[in-house]
Amino acid sequence: MSWNSPRQVIFPKWFDIAIKIVVVLVLSVVGYVHLLVAYGFSPKTTDVGYAPEQPIPYSHALHVGELGIDCRYCHTGVDRNSYSNIPTAQTCMNCHSKVKTDSKLLEPLREAFKEGKPVEWIKVHDLPDYVYFNHSAHVTRGVGCQSCHGRIDQAEVVSQIKPLSMSWCLDCHRHPEAHLRNPAQVKPTFMGFDTLTPSELKKFVNADNRDDYGRQVAKDLGINPPTDCSTCHR
Amino acid sequence: MSELANNFDNTFDDPTRRAPLITGQHNLTTITDTICGVVENKPPRIWYIAFAISFAIMSTLAGTIGYLIFAGTGVWGLNNPAAWGWAIVNFVFWVGIGHAGTLISAILFLFRQKWRTGINRSAEAMTIFAVICAGMFPGIHIGRVWYAFYLAPLPNQMDMWPQFRSPLLWDVFAVNTYFVVSLLFWYMGMVPDLATLRDRATSRVRQIAYGFFSLGWRGSNRHWHRYERAYLILAALATPLVLSVHSVVSFDFAVAQVPGWHTTIFPPYFVAGAIFSGFAMVLTLLIPCRHIFGLKDFITLRHIENMNKVILATGSMVGLAYATEFFIAWYSGNPIEQFAFQNRAFGHYWWAYAIMISCNVITPQIFWFKKARTNIWITFVASIFVNIGMWFERFVIIITSLTADYIPAAWDYYSPTWVDIMTFVGSFGLFMTCFLLFCRFLPMVAISEVKLTLAEQRHMEHIKQAYAEQAAEKGGEA
Repeated sequence: MSWNSPRQVIFPKWFDIAIKIVVVLVLSVVGYVHLLVAYGFSPKTTDVGYAPEQPIPYSHALHVGELGIDCRYCHTGVDRNSYSNIPTAQTCMNCHSKVKTDSKLLEPLREAFKEGKPVEWIKVHDLPDYVYFNHSAHVTRGVGCQSCHGRIDQAEVVSQIKPLSMSWCLDCHRHPEAHLRNPAQVKPTFMGFDTLTPSELKKFVNADNRDDYGRQVAKDLGINPPTDCSTCHR
Repeated sequence: MSELANNFDNTFDDPTRRAPLITGQHNLTTITDTICGVVENKPPRIWYIAFAISFAIMSTLAGTIGYLIFAGTGVWGLNNPAAWGWAIVNFVFWVGIGHAGTLISAILFLFRQKWRTGINRSAEAMTIFAVICAGMFPGIHIGRVWYAFYLAPLPNQMDMWPQFRSPLLWDVFAVNTYFVVSLLFWYMGMVPDLATLRDRATSRVRQIAYGFFSLGWRGSNRHWHRYERAYLILAALATPLVLSVHSVVSFDFAVAQVPGWHTTIFPPYFVAGAIFSGFAMVLTLLIPCRHIFGLKDFITLRHIENMNKVILATGSMVGLAYATEFFIAWYSGNPIEQFAFQNRAFGHYWWAYAIMISCNVITPQIFWFKKARTNIWITFVASIFVNIGMWFERFVIIITSLTADYIPAAWDYYSPTWVDIMTFVGSFGLFMTCFLLFCRFLPMVAISEVKLTLAEQRHMEHIKQAYAEQAAEKGGEA
């Protein structure tokens, strides 16, 4: 380091450039850390796309999309309970005692049925224990499966489509119109209702766009989603 | 060259004569030598003793805070009605003390009060250390300190924000702004003096350290021009802060519905109290310092007398506020408000109220007398009384109101635990450690500004005249 004189310590010339470099560096590091936290730690990054390998490669696309089985055939409590139950082996065997009885892939099902145990499905949409979520409250008030689970009727493998973060919940509770429909339309045949183009939407309902229709539904049903802490954290 | 005797009495009240603010035999060189000498020479033994004590006390603070974090806020005396205990009392106490520095440096600067130059540097340092102590208390008061970042409105995936309608959040902003502006003001004002220390430094470490922090100051015309502009702008920015910060602190109480808190008088009353306590702390610190470090020529009796006048004025304002509170409680016709004030003065905590009134209202009245204003010992003792009184004021406000609000079934008696007490004592350790380090390593008096007063003083014929007259009088007596 070359100081101007032995006694006076005054910054050398290169310090002017050094300061600029340091400022740019510090700003980039701060910016990088912000981006890292905002995107890297966000549930959009960490949780979306979670698709564990299930004991049986069950396809919703086949059962719902092609065969048109109602959600409630398997998830029997979804419109009556806070939780949406996963079917027991018996429910599966209603059909599979006759269909594909010798499929290798269904071996774990037959095993479970024989032992009287459920198939050990792996939970995909796992909310924290401090969150209270009620399926029936949403399903019976016009929030379709699609809003949280995406096009489950086209899903070969179930994966987490939405971040399920608190801000994501709040987005909908503050602006529910994009997700509200007539509760009668909460069924597989209307699965893609939320993503219809305005002209397609016209075929079903008398509204110019999705949000107008949602507002209409909210008005008719008196839906005013709460955003208090105690709504979900009880 | 100031040719005044060391015992020159510059507290005279003749308004036709401007009093000299530097006494003793001084020219530009001796001013630099005296003030830099504090930093460059080995400090007196009392500094080492004081530092050892302060540092030891500060270490206990680390212990009590560690214990608090480990065990939780249950180790404090908090109970169900009194969820705000000593931590908040101490917070308001310290942040109040932190008000004198910026008042002296900003408001007195804008009002061209030249006497500020002798005391502004150390008062600003005191401000910064007091705000550090203040900021610590809400931080540990929240209990789960690792969530302290929730105080800041950081965007997050929960869409969760601090309550923007809560004065507690405004407080976070107010105190942080105050700290940043005070720190900038203090540091920026110090740059020319740091350069002086750099140029005089003999050891390499000092040359580099002061060289770094003096930011390449050369004392060129352009440097001085920019410096003075920036100083003026910062003074203008800091001036509203003197009033706003403690107003916002008072909102913590005034916005709440608790009887005894919910009053519109709080902001001005708190600001007056803050300046009152701040000046008292400046006196408590500077009276020993000017003696120990030989700065009596720059921090003269006139400075002390002026501060005593501020203490008298603000102390009386605080007294008026106490009286107004009682009047309004009666005048409001609200029985709960009336009870809150009866309870303050005559309830379980009557002793705290009595200490508060005698220290804050009665003690400063002694400064109506010039003899008291210009007596070091009376001033020193009174300043300590004021410090005590102002701590008790916050105790009275917080504890008496919280422990007996609307529902008698919820009333309780609050008493601190040893952890409460040791944390408060520890905060003094932190404060004094910082202040002693400041005395040791930074210029305690604004050298360049004092030199400016000297330059003006040199051209005042009447000062020489006053000196001649005083000398003649003394000669006549002898």
